[in-house]
Amino acid sequence: MGDVKNILLVGVGGQGTILASKILSEGLIEAGYDVKMSEIHGMSQRGGDVSTQIRYGEKVYSPIIGEGSADVIVAFEKMEALRWLSHLKKGGKMLINDFEIPTVPIQLGVEKYPEGILDSLAAVADTVVIEAGEIAKNVGNSRTMNIVLLGALAKAMNLGDLDWKSLIQNNVKAGFAEINLKAFEAGFASM
Amino acid sequence: MKKILTGNEAVARGAYEGGLKFASAYPGTPSTEILENVANYKQDLYCEWAPNEKVALEAAIGASIAGARSMACMKHVGVNVAADPLFTFAYTGVTGGCILVSADDPGMHSSQNEQDNRNYASAARVLMLEPSDSQESKDFVKLGLSLSEKFDTPVLLRTTTRVCHSKGLVELEDRVEKDLIPYQHNIRKYVATPGNGKVLRVQLEERLKAMEDYSNSAEINCEELGGDEIGVISSGVSYVYAKEVFGEKASYLKLGMTFPMPMEKIKEFAKKVKKLYVVEEMDPYIENHLKIAGIPCIGKEFIPAYGELNPDIVRHSFFGTGADNVSVELKATVRPPVLCAGCPHRGLFYVLSKKLKKIIVTGDIGCYTLGSAPPLSAMHTCFCMGGSISAGHGAAKVLNRAGSALRIVSVIGDSTFFHTGINSLMDVAYNKGNNITIIADNRITAMTGHQENPGTGYTLMGEPAVEADIPAICRAVGIKAENIAVVNPLDLAEMEEAVDAALAKTEPAVIITKWPCILKKFSDQDRRDFDLAPKKCSVDAEKCTKCKMCMKTGCPALTFAGTALINADSCTGCGVCRQVCKFGAIEEVEK
Repeated sequence: MGDVKNILLVGVGGQGTILASKILSEGLIEAGYDVKMSEIHGMSQRGGDVSTQIRYGEKVYSPIIGEGSADVIVAFEKMEALRWLSHLKKGGKMLINDFEIPTVPIQLGVEKYPEGILDSLAAVADTVVIEAGEIAKNVGNSRTMNIVLLGALAKAMNLGDLDWKSLIQNNVKAGFAEINLKAFEAGFASM
Repeated sequence: MKKILTGNEAVARGAYEGGLKFASAYPGTPSTEILENVANYKQDLYCEWAPNEKVALEAAIGASIAGARSMACMKHVGVNVAADPLFTFAYTGVTGGCILVSADDPGMHSSQNEQDNRNYASAARVLMLEPSDSQESKDFVKLGLSLSEKFDTPVLLRTTTRVCHSKGLVELEDRVEKDLIPYQHNIRKYVATPGNGKVLRVQLEERLKAMEDYSNSAEINCEELGGDEIGVISSGVSYVYAKEVFGEKASYLKLGMTFPMPMEKIKEFAKKVKKLYVVEEMDPYIENHLKIAGIPCIGKEFIPAYGELNPDIVRHSFFGTGADNVSVELKATVRPPVLCAGCPHRGLFYVLSKKLKKIIVTGDIGCYTLGSAPPLSAMHTCFCMGGSISAGHGAAKVLNRAGSALRIVSVIGDSTFFHTGINSLMDVAYNKGNNITIIADNRITAMTGHQENPGTGYTLMGEPAVEADIPAICRAVGIKAENIAVVNPLDLAEMEEAVDAALAKTEPAVIITKWPCILKKFSDQDRRDFDLAPKKCSVDAEKCTKCKMCMKTGCPALTFAGTALINADSCTGCGVCRQVCKFGAIEEVEK
């Protein structure tokens, strides 16, 4: 089962990880892969962390992976990259959105947001830092940050051939299709 | 046609395809989306949210007796509530096929405990099926409905979080309509008096024998033979983890039906392999069956008996090989879930947080359990649905009798009050308790993702409904009208006045904090009853004295960087921080 690829999307509730995962898994199915996807979202709407796992290949059994197994981790938030580093395979790649969302204890000043995350991760893993917030803003809607990151992931996983245009059109409201498509292309080009 | 579905969507699809006519449930993670998806087939079947799981199962039992295929769905702890009818339903059996779905939550992603509900099948003696993925979730519902009718037994379909919330490809088929089985009076079957029960109990043994014979021959208990060195017995999601770890060289006995256990098949399989492993999450349920039968196997002495498994935990447990990964010294801090910006519960808990020297707050299950988190820290117990009021009653009784000045405030949500809180409030009124009950009525079942309930005015199928009248319920169980207050929890003065007034009484009092959940899709009625116009607050940096009082509200829209700051994107203008600020530094601004 060596041909199974494992992707982890991690972030904070409200960042749109689940929509990005949904679009990606639909694309992988259309490309003919067996796909399993797993999400944990019980408390996510209340500011907790969110993780989605996507596994694809000829035949996939388990919907989830453990530590040291992810080919790519896309972190929608910087500290979440740090949290999930242990799941990255040796030689795996980490796409990190240069974006901070403090926890409530951090906002209250009880805890501190860890400093030097990007350098720390770059020292042990193959990391790519993406300014998805900036890119999304330049595209014209900062809420498309998730689709920017999806674009970057598509490039990183060599999945540029999928029909992203219709995948995105099918999954976002009609009025937002064009801007999301732009966001995807900008993310793809950023890699 | 194949479609990617979650396990929950697949259960709903299976119910539809299998000719189901009636489904009932109380929402609870990870089971909630089953009924939400069943409702998509409402042109062909009927479905509803019940006030609690016991009611849901009883309604499904009634539908079965009346001849329809039926289903009740709940999370693992819900089966505790529904256990009373379940154990006798095993005796009476069914008319139309009936399935009880128990969605367990190993690892407690969104639960107060983890419990292995496979034990319910053997304790109640009902046939149990355990799907491993989405395709099986659909197939086993259809199979379960027919096995229920074939063996005259309720069927427990036991899933877990990873089956419920993982997606996999599922082959869709058409619905096969099942006519009602014509009803006939059958008092000996359906009236479980001791006299009838004794006969039914003996008949149950005969049915169990027939079910066990089926289990030994069933296709869903299947051998996959690889080599003869290693054999693995597994069920549910653990089976797919085992496949990843032991690979194609091992032999497997995959169990889709785990009560009654296929003991003959297991004995034969054990003879075919040199080393036998049992891979299962939580309790040693399969393993104990093997051990009682004297079959040596390797299982829980290595593999954890609690928490959630994954392929790497299984690999590490049996073979001692750790993960091949990298680490850094820097650590991420915990990201605890919090009450949302604009949550109406914030006003309630802020007021309670100022009185913690005088009160103990007994709590319940819902979003408002987050009121226990710092900085509010204004909830001090939580164990089960409805428990806040009754536990508060017991605590108040002993404290009062001991002459303590400590008072008890019990906080419960609207849906939880309907679930099992009403009986508890009756206890307080009847037995002359004096705990103060606060019913946090946010007009929806919020925690599980906004389901309708008897108080919201709508049904699962989207029809307008009678609205349960909470103050009238309180009066009916014996709370005096003058001791019932309905307040806006976002008005801190009003909220505090109500709490102080209740604390001054010696009789039991109820405060209903009525304001819709900020994430709710507001109904026309919500818009009529509440001022829900979009608002926003902002900090005047010059007036901010850096006292940080506003930070004590625990609002995620607030940060402190030199002065207090409000995140304009997440602020909803609820005004709690504006009222807390003594210096007028926070004001409402144009949205």
